[in-house]
Amino acid sequence: MTGTRLIVGPFNRVEGDLEVHLDIAEGRVRSARVNAPLYRGFERMLTGRPASDALTITPRICGICSISQSAAAARALADAGGHEPAPAGAAMAALIHAIENVSDHLVHFNLFFMPDFARPAYAGRSWHARAIARFTAEQGAAPRAAIAMRAELMHVLGLMAGKWPHTLAIQPGGVTRAPGPRDKVRIAASLAAFRRYLEAELFGAPLEDFVALGTREGLMGWDRGDAGLFLEIAADLDLDALGRGSGRYLSFGAYPLAEGHGFAPGIWKDGLLPLDLGGLCEDLSHAWMLGGAAHPSEGQTLPDEDMRAEAYSWCKAPRLDGLGYETGALARQVMAGHPLAVALAGGGVMTRVAGRLLDLARTQIFMEDLLRWLDPAAEFMRPAPKIREGEGVGLVEAARGALGHWLRVENGRIASYQIVAPTTWNFSPRDASGTPGPLEAALEGVPVAEGKTTPLAVQHVVRSFDPCMVCTVH
Amino acid sequence: MNVLWLQASGCGGCTMSLLCAESPTLFDLFEGAGIRFLWHPSLSEATGAEARALLEAVAAGDIPLDVLCVEGAIARGPKGTGRFQMLSGTGRSMLDWVGRLVPRARHVVAVGSCAAFGGVTSAGGNPSDAAGLQYEGAHPGGILPPEFRDPTGLPVINVAGCPTHPDWVTETLMLLAAGAMGPEDLDALARPRFYAEHLVHHGCPRNEFYEYKASATALCEMGCMMEHLGCVGTQAVGDCNIRPWNGQGSCTRAGYPCISCTAPEFEEPRHAFTETPKVAGIPVGLPSDMPKAWFMALASLSKAATPERLAKNATADRIEVLPRPGKPRG
Repeated sequence: MTGTRLIVGPFNRVEGDLEVHLDIAEGRVRSARVNAPLYRGFERMLTGRPASDALTITPRICGICSISQSAAAARALADAGGHEPAPAGAAMAALIHAIENVSDHLVHFNLFFMPDFARPAYAGRSWHARAIARFTAEQGAAPRAAIAMRAELMHVLGLMAGKWPHTLAIQPGGVTRAPGPRDKVRIAASLAAFRRYLEAELFGAPLEDFVALGTREGLMGWDRGDAGLFLEIAADLDLDALGRGSGRYLSFGAYPLAEGHGFAPGIWKDGLLPLDLGGLCEDLSHAWMLGGAAHPSEGQTLPDEDMRAEAYSWCKAPRLDGLGYETGALARQVMAGHPLAVALAGGGVMTRVAGRLLDLARTQIFMEDLLRWLDPAAEFMRPAPKIREGEGVGLVEAARGALGHWLRVENGRIASYQIVAPTTWNFSPRDASGTPGPLEAALEGVPVAEGKTTPLAVQHVVRSFDPCMVCTVH
Repeated sequence: MNVLWLQASGCGGCTMSLLCAESPTLFDLFEGAGIRFLWHPSLSEATGAEARALLEAVAAGDIPLDVLCVEGAIARGPKGTGRFQMLSGTGRSMLDWVGRLVPRARHVVAVGSCAAFGGVTSAGGNPSDAAGLQYEGAHPGGILPPEFRDPTGLPVINVAGCPTHPDWVTETLMLLAAGAMGPEDLDALARPRFYAEHLVHHGCPRNEFYEYKASATALCEMGCMMEHLGCVGTQAVGDCNIRPWNGQGSCTRAGYPCISCTAPEFEEPRHAFTETPKVAGIPVGLPSDMPKAWFMALASLSKAATPERLAKNATADRIEVLPRPGKPRG
């Protein structure tokens, strides 16, 4: 049977530029190719600059997860200089980072993902009128409440990071502003307001009740708040079966503190394994990049200006011991050992979004705990000496998953800087053996009705990953 | 007034910053001012074929366009093709799309320093050969010629900043909707004067340290960051310390230097961002509208007169010596 080809784009309500090529046969996606059609070349811009410039340049890779890039750059510089940040500075950096991550989850759920269920294509479904009222793009009650709440929560970043995005507050030695007791109570007030909003609108119940869920059945029985509406829709449309992943997950561990990570790092492959990046390799066979596959500590970024025909994306294909891995909020909570996340591992659209809701609730509790223990009298900055020579790696968790910076400094200048972003994992093109990246694989088998030019099911799968395309290709 | 928003070669941060608008929030503010998005890549429902049809209709002149907002620089590479950024699903480069849409727009707004001047997207040898809409760095002429004017006589309005403050964008759009922005309301680099007629230095809480040249020596100290830490707040345009960011923030309030992100070529300071280049111990970049000798004379005088309170606090990460008001009379 002959298939049809479909190009989906411009793909909006994702961060950055994305185009999806679908090969369709018998009403289903036979194969998918994911193209990130923008190249800027941040890794090349950094070469030759003073090492500390990474703190100014790398956040500007991305306006939605710029603090994640800051945090990774600061860790890479600290590592290269053999420096440890002041413990309270690391805790404040974690809090600043966590605020960005929960804000990203809020934007994703309310502005990017849910509006698709308000579309006319779902007219007649029992939940459609409620979806329209809550989630119509730009107009719905939920996106409007979410941006008001987000702007207010961001006051914590105004206070401690100066502005968002693109702060310079996170440094290898800690943070540039020591909070006083007044700042502590002010942040506590913002976090309390955010909790109140989450419990009134998103979860419809105490966060602890949602976090206490440990089984798929328990989750599917949750009928309160916007989370309940989503789960009702997910059950009706069988979103768990849609866009299932490989079940292999990766997390670099979120919020590194003196006493360990807020959420632990690891690899999940038929069970939990320790994080070992020795076998990490960026494959370039289907990327418009020149040179061979390499570990990021030795990799290069040389764009193929001729854009050879066998390649189809500016995104490289990271593989760990030859395998692709899915990363994101779900992966983070699987590695952190949360029973609900572990129970859901291997699932599809519903699972990824539920993983994000779980991560949001748990991160709010994490922030409250962190702040409670924060001593305003502590030292928040231990200034790092200038680096002359060194190699370092900065591994953090962005909202969308594992983000790594690999840095080499020679004569005080950046000799090499390589970045592997979460969406580089999730939206990677095929590798040399032809194995598709995680999204490409998840799209295989997705139903596409005859005559649909922009299939909604495809959009649900893509958005369930919450892609950040500008980070992907830097 | 309708607005079509394109995200060119940038980070999306100016959109993310825009969503931080408050009093009222973005959607309420637009509604109140009669502004609506024809299409915005992060916010609109329409995707794929629907969005393509809309863009084609605007390019064909079938849908009138009041304001074209472009966020991000325009990639001209590789080899002048613009193929470093294809507008996905359309088979055309962003360079091509902007060229087709600009003649249809009543006003063109460059949102952020990338769209205005090239910004960070053009840093470090400019790997993607990116340029701003009507400037390449500080030089007039980007992908549009220096003489470009919209049908009302305005050049591309450069709402520069990295990112832009949400109010800079919303107030520009509201002024355009009200027909209240003319060429005289823009500065020499076509930035709206309402924020570009201020310096970041204005309202900086470290001003007293500046007056006495009481300097911070490391980030996280309270003193003025001009002498050692690369702060160019005295030369950078922006009302960042008059109108706060995200509630009550600004770069200098949070303890790190102003890098003049509203200026062309801020991405290439030719020294580390957080260090002040000096010759014989004297900073090279002094306030631009003051004779250097006068500055030096005043600085040495004020340094000699620095109160102990400021000298001590300048290198502390918290106020150690409190201000001592005079005793009450009588």
